[in-house]
Amino acid sequence: MLFGLPIAQIVLFGFALTNEIRNSRIMVCDYARDELSQRIINKIAVSRNFKLDRSLNDHQEIEAAFKEGKVRLAIIFPVHFKEDIQHNHHAQIQILADASDPNTATTLTNYVSSIMEDYQRENLISNPLPMQIMPEVRMLYNPELKGATNFVPGVMAMILMLICVLMTSVSIVREKELGTMEVLLVSPFNPFMVIISKAVPYFLLSLVNLSIILVLSVFLLEMPFNGSLLLFFAESSLLIITCLSLGLLISNTTNSQQAAMLISLMGMLIPTIILTGFLFPLENMPWALRLLSNLIPAKWYYIIVKSIMIKGLGFKAIWRESLVLFGMTCFLLLVSLKRFKIRLS
Amino acid sequence: MKDVVISTDKLTKQFGEFVAVDAISFEVYQGEIFGFLGANGAGKTTAMRMLCGLSKPSSGTAMVAGFDVSRHPEQVKKHIGYMSQKFSLYEDLSIQENIRFFGGIYGLKDKEIRQKSKDLIEQLGLGQELGKMVGSLPLGWKQKLAFSVAVIHEPKIVFLDEPTGGVDPITRRQFWDLIYAASDRGITVFVSTHYMDEAEYCNRISMMVDGTIKALDAPAQLKRTYGARSMDEVFFELARNASRKAD
Repeated sequence: MLFGLPIAQIVLFGFALTNEIRNSRIMVCDYARDELSQRIINKIAVSRNFKLDRSLNDHQEIEAAFKEGKVRLAIIFPVHFKEDIQHNHHAQIQILADASDPNTATTLTNYVSSIMEDYQRENLISNPLPMQIMPEVRMLYNPELKGATNFVPGVMAMILMLICVLMTSVSIVREKELGTMEVLLVSPFNPFMVIISKAVPYFLLSLVNLSIILVLSVFLLEMPFNGSLLLFFAESSLLIITCLSLGLLISNTTNSQQAAMLISLMGMLIPTIILTGFLFPLENMPWALRLLSNLIPAKWYYIIVKSIMIKGLGFKAIWRESLVLFGMTCFLLLVSLKRFKIRLS
Repeated sequence: MKDVVISTDKLTKQFGEFVAVDAISFEVYQGEIFGFLGANGAGKTTAMRMLCGLSKPSSGTAMVAGFDVSRHPEQVKKHIGYMSQKFSLYEDLSIQENIRFFGGIYGLKDKEIRQKSKDLIEQLGLGQELGKMVGSLPLGWKQKLAFSVAVIHEPKIVFLDEPTGGVDPITRRQFWDLIYAASDRGITVFVSTHYMDEAEYCNRISMMVDGTIKALDAPAQLKRTYGARSMDEVFFELARNASRKAD
């Protein structure tokens, strides 16, 4: 513990977590298809910041790809790109960025711009004719680049996890510690009702908390809310149940309130903050951490909430993430109820 | 011929290699105060947990209040009361709230609960204290209250697991007055303790050593059998060759 923790911290904060973005998937829609556009595209593809994901034939596909969330940036070259450069000495390209994460969008856009400038400078050396490529940037979903859009969903996930996991586990363990759990188990009170009666108040409390955060973030922080309120609360309820199950599992592993609190905080909060993706972009982390982040329920909820609130998407877009959360809940419930039963006998 | 309310037949509990309770067989009759004695680690608590339906026997059978503990533990739980050595009441709730909660768990209707609360106030002399937090009561009061709540539904048998730990002899005596009152009402009291003077208050006692019952009889008879002047000596005689230490 004494040696592991500092080592883990150095590795995490020094090496794995960085704000520089590498290998970000981008799309290119090249209507020009001339050597000029090809040269620029190659330059972009070679850059370590980007990974050319797709070459599209139709810019309509860009919207769909953004909705899927795998690509954050798209570049469109107009049809007369080469001619514009040769005759008018300037041409426009369009850059579309997914600004639901404004920091990433800005960074990526800047990378593209600097690659453009680089290209223009190189060209000046070999070809004295001036050339200007003007990128027209459009920030999708969040044109004002409000930082809240990135932060608030992450905070929502964090608070739900904190209240549900921590409070549930501590509450059940407290009964064990005080001895009242034993009395409840001897009484005609069904043991599963004990669990439910612990879970229900925290479920309701979390929903209230969530509503307050939602109201504050929409009206005070000017967060957009473009999706369905019903879907939002349905998905949030799913996350709450996942966290309650997690709290139940933790309560099964220990008989001391302090241990339950420690496990809930250290074991849950810190990985959640780091691996959800709202403070540090997940794309930059080494694959081991990215793999680990799939285990964090908050990560999936973060994607779901951003899709609903910022992109205004419906269930069709987020069914995969919802299924993951649902699967996690079922697994956790099964394991913790089984352990609870074993404890009874 | 008195009714048998508890009967066990080679009741055993094993944890892996370790046999905590080794094939004990005994009977308890209705209305009696049955003392379940033994040193720490002798297997008292484990045996009691089986009788309460809290833990499943490894082998052997036990019938409590007419139900088999292995097959119908939920029925057993409906007909017994229980008070453990740690406190059974919620310290953050008031006396009234605790009575209401446990009354509700045992299926008492609102009217019955209100009547019971009144009876309790009288019996324990609580007077104006109903709204007080249980946490603020002195230990002796908590114990007496916990006992009263344990029998609130007038069960056939009440199991007390070392109920009088940590209080002075006078308070202990007052607690036992409550036990006598319950016994007079026909409730069988199954009490485990390691206070040997409390053994004298029981109708019959059993002595557990190393997981088995070494003796079972009325206190007076035991003293005669072992030529002892007090239960302390009887205990010493029986337990000094025990191989198990306290856990």
